[in-house]
Parts: sequence; C-alpha cells; structure tokens
Amino acid sequence: MDLSVKRESLDTMRVFDLAKMPLRDLNSALHAIAPGTNDTNFEVVNPRGSHAVAVGIDQPVTVEVRGSVGYYCAGMNDGGSVTVHGSAGPGVAENMMSGTVVIEGDASQYAGATGRGGLLVIKGNAASRCGISMKGIDIVVQGNIGHMSAFMGQSGHLVVLGNAGDALGDSLYEAKLFVRGEVKSLGADCIQKELRPEHIEKLAELLDKAGITDVKPQEFKRYGSARTLYNFNIDNADAY
Amino acid sequence: MSYHNPYTPPRKSATFDDYTLAEIRRAAATGIYDIRGAGTKRKVPHFDDLLFLGASISRYPLEGYREKCDTSVVLGARHAKKPIVLKTPITIAGMSFGALSGNAKEALGRGATIAGTSTTTGDGGMTDEERGHSQTLVYQYLPSRYGMNPKDLRRADAIEIVVGQGAKPGGGGMLLGQKISDRVANMRNLPKGIDQRSACRHPDWTGPDDLEIKIMELREITDWEKPIYVKVGGARPYYDTALAVKAGADVVVLDGMQGGTAATQDVFIENVGMPILACIRPAVQALQDLGMHRKVQLIVSGGIRSGADVAKALALGADAVAIGTAALVAIGDNDPHWEAEYQKLGTTAGAYDDWHEGKDPAGITTQDPELSKRLDPVAAGRRLANYLKVMTLEAQTIARACGKNHLHNLEPEDLVALTLEASAMAQVPLAGTSWIPGKGGF
Repeated sequence: MDLSVKRESLDTMRVFDLAKMPLRDLNSALHAIAPGTNDTNFEVVNPRGSHAVAVGIDQPVTVEVRGSVGYYCAGMNDGGSVTVHGSAGPGVAENMMSGTVVIEGDASQYAGATGRGGLLVIKGNAASRCGISMKGIDIVVQGNIGHMSAFMGQSGHLVVLGNAGDALGDSLYEAKLFVRGEVKSLGADCIQKELRPEHIEKLAELLDKAGITDVKPQEFKRYGSARTLYNFNIDNADAY
Repeated sequence: MSYHNPYTPPRKSATFDDYTLAEIRRAAATGIYDIRGAGTKRKVPHFDDLLFLGASISRYPLEGYREKCDTSVVLGARHAKKPIVLKTPITIAGMSFGALSGNAKEALGRGATIAGTSTTTGDGGMTDEERGHSQTLVYQYLPSRYGMNPKDLRRADAIEIVVGQGAKPGGGGMLLGQKISDRVANMRNLPKGIDQRSACRHPDWTGPDDLEIKIMELREITDWEKPIYVKVGGARPYYDTALAVKAGADVVVLDGMQGGTAATQDVFIENVGMPILACIRPAVQALQDLGMHRKVQLIVSGGIRSGADVAKALALGADAVAIGTAALVAIGDNDPHWEAEYQKLGTTAGAYDDWHEGKDPAGITTQDPELSKRLDPVAAGRRLANYLKVMTLEAQTIARACGKNHLHNLEPEDLVALTLEASAMAQVPLAGTSWIPGKGGF
C-alpha cells in the first residue's frame, strides 16, 4: 500500500488518488494512524463521488478532499478535520463523535444525521433531513436547508443562515435550532422560542468556529420543542 | 296446555368472545390502545405442526452418545475477515439494556458464553457489563442509533443492521418514561423520564441501494473485519432476503411474528407479519436462487422453544436460530415463584406481558434497582446455559435419528406436516401422503 502513496517533499501530506487506488487504502491508512504521530495530513484527489470517503477516523488527522464525494463522507468521524472542496452526497458526517467537517459546496440529505459531537459546516445548501436525529452535533449551514430537518433532534445546535423548508424540527426533543431566514413551516411540537443571552453567546461561538464574521447572532430566531409530546397522551394523537 | 321452552344454555359469540368484549370496554374506558411486550399470543401454524420421519430401511440412524453429530456453525464468512464460529446454532436475539435490567443482560451474556454462542445488544447501545460477559457479542445498528458509536462498533464481534422485527414489521418502538433511569437516559442522549421513541426507519438510508452503501461504510469503518447481519421481520421473506444478499449482507436474520418485543401495540403484534413457519422456505428459496444458500447464513427466530424447533428450522434450510422470549423464561421471566406479585399486577405467571411498565417481579424487564436485585446474574446465566445445552442435545438426538452427522444435514425430506396449513407453508408433504398444497401431485 505504501508504494502507491506519494509523499510530498516539503511536508508530510500523504496524497491518495482515488482514480488510481482503492478506497480501502485510504481508510485503512487513516485507521492505522498511531496516537501522537505527526504524520497526520492527508489529501484525497479524484474522489469522483466515491462513497464512504474518510470514514471511521479516530485520530486528530486532517483530510483535504479535492472534489465531490458520495454517501457518508467522514461518517462516524471522531476527532478528524475533514474538508470537502466540492459537494457531499447523503449522510455526510453521519454519527460524528467529535472533530470538524467542512463542506465547501452543498450537502445532500441527512447531513450530520445522528451526530453526537463535533462541528459540521456546510457552506452551500443542505437538502432534506439535515440534522435528523441529531444527538449533540453542532451544524452550521450557510445556505438553506430542506424539509424535515432536525427531525427527532435530541441535542446539539443547528444554525441556518438561509431559509428552512417544511416541517422544521418535527417531533423535536432538546436540540436547539436557529434560523436567520424564513421557515416554511414548523413540524409537530416545534415552536419559536425566545432568543436569550445564553443562546446569543452560543450562536456567536458557533459562527466564530464556522469562520462567519458578517452575520450577527441577533439576526436569528430560535426554535425548540414545546415538549407536549414527551409523554404519550391520547389527546395529542392528532399531532402526529 | 301450557308450553315451556326447554332450557338452553347462554351462548357466547365466537366473534365477540370474552377477551374481545373486555378489549372493547378497556378501549372505551381509557381511550388508548393496549401496549404490551412479547410476541403474538394467537395460535398460528408452527413447528408443532411438523414431524420428523426418522430413519427406516432406506435411511440408517447414528448412535446416540457415540457417533458424532456436529452442531457448530460459522457465520459471516462471505465478506468478513473475522467470521463468527459458534458451538451451537442457537443464538440469543437482540434485547436492549433499557428494556432489560443490567443483571438480565449480564445473565444472557454469561449463559451464552458458557454454551459457546453469541448474544446481541438492542436499542440503547452496548454496556461494558454486556461486552465483558459476552464472549461473542453482536452489536445492533438500529434506526434510533441510541448509543451508537465507532468504538463499540469496533469492539463488537458482528454488526446487525436492524430493518425490522417479527413482532412489528414496519414499526418502531417506544420505551416509556417510567423505565428511563439516569443511566438509560444518558446512553440515549435524552432527558430522564420522557418516552423514548425508536424510529421505524433508518435516518440516513432508504431502500436496498442505499443499504448496500451503508453496509460498505460500516465495513470500511471496521476494516472489513466484522460479519454484517441484516435483520428483517417476517413480511416479504423472499424479496427481503434477496435484497439483503444483494446489498452485501453476510447473514440474514429473519424474525417471525412470534418473536417478542419490549413494547408495542397489541394490534400491531397480532395483525402484522407472518409466522416464522411461513417465512423460512421463501427465504431459503431466495438464497438458493442466488446460489448463496450456506454462503450467506440464515438465522431464524420467533417462537423457538426446544431442540425440536431448532431441528425443524434447520431442516427447512436455516443455518442457525435465535431465541429471545425463551431465553428470558430460562433466566426467570414469568416464573410461578413470583405468582403472588403477578396477581397484584392483575395477571398471572405465564401471562405477564406489561414489560414496558418496568414493574417485573422477576427483575428482568425493569430498571428498578430493588426489583433488578432479585435476579442473580450468575445463577440465571447458568440456567440459560443449561437450557441452551438441553436444546442442542435435543436437536442432536433428532438429527442422529435421521442419520445426520451435522445439524445442517437435516433437510425438508426428513419432515412431514400434520396440517394442510403447515404443509403449504413448510412445503413438506402432509403426513401419510406425497401431497404438498400448491405443488401439484394429487
């Protein structure tokens, strides 16, 4: 495998050309990183929409992906910094534990699904079900998000600089949603809530982490759970 | 002359029987459907409706206690670098910490390990106790993804992607607030005391083409080491099996409507899905049509109670079975020892199914610390191991009588059916005839 890995002379960036080598080589190299090593910079060229690029990272590596990826890029990322210089297919950063994933373009469905930690930044738009079942991840979308986003979101923050589609936050638990633009409709048990100082502080922190400097936290509206569906009540059956 | 009607006893309706009438009154009084645990309670065609023929002039038997009858099974050799090897084809089905107490999960792990088989996590993730006490642990990958993380994925011995289960094909789940202790809440990233819904669909894939990519992702994350199972409820076994194989599964787990659940609507349990007897042959047919029988293993579950059931399932073409309800009974569920307390709950030993309420006198389907203490995990684990060994011996006894030196050598030809329904479903002849309904020849 090492024979096919080009090493650049000026730094230790390891380049994986997915037009010439199998995905397995990339992911197994990422998993073979020993804790504390300095050899942590990776570049992926010609991803050509490959699925499962840079999944299962468990060390603080840096991965630059030059192009667009398919499903589940950076899935279950735990501590890595992955940047996709292109767009991402469904399920980018699904179940992320920690670390940072940045998508320079757009993201398809289920971005950040079930994520438990870390930061996902999408510089373009995200399609439907962004942040579905989120469990602690922070997601910042600079464009718009599609319908059913943050469905059953349990915890974490979803920050949207553009607009949100239908049924935002349907069946929401404790995830906190912030939208700067319009919300087409709210889902079951999701309501607009007061934007308090602690939320402004958190928003400022997330915008800063995402490298966004031209937007003020006060421009957002906050949405959260009305908590009326937390325990089953037959009189709420019409809500579903 | 006066005329007196002769006495006729009161006649109750077969359609509106006592139970049905009581259910109507209960629904009218409460405004809510009945939620309960376990699988279907209605009588359905089952393994009891099949018989083995045994040896005769044209088939010779093997000597009990002398001639070897192998029971081992290898699961997941299709793609996984580290397939699972079990001493017995009887595995423990997925049951969650949350639905079950920590002691119950430990007992299942201990019993399975002594018997040389696997146990399985459930909705809610993997506990250290469970991992520690289970030599071979299958980690369920469920729609809720409660507790899902890559570390546990890597310390599992196999991964089971749950698409559905026999008690409720097409349904999710609900762990009611009263069972949400601090630990359960923490494992599921939700506040204590609120109902926890388990979604009915996976959040990041839909359909067989997505499933193929999802399986590939899980293999990449775990470096292609772990066998990947796909579990489906007994709904469309031919197509579900074929699609799971196409998506790259190493093992297909097929759960009939007798398979238990921690909590689901009674109407769902009793009216959705098929008995396991109706599911096995279509699934095996799918594997055979694809040239994958014995290459992709088939684990069947739902109402397996004895070595005879195991032998019949294997004779119909399964590679292994899974038990859930029977394992709980072996460790102490519904034991008459607690009859007085079952009575206080308005039920009786053998009928208790309000597993979602967390008041289990046997300390199994509860998170109450005091009730949980009633179950000694070491002794309960021993009981489960004994039971697994008895079932294995029983299956061997039958296999030897049929002249088989491995349980997998049992075949449909060894079986006949007692009823037309079982004959049609199992596709073995009605006893005393050469007739299989739907197959012609009469």
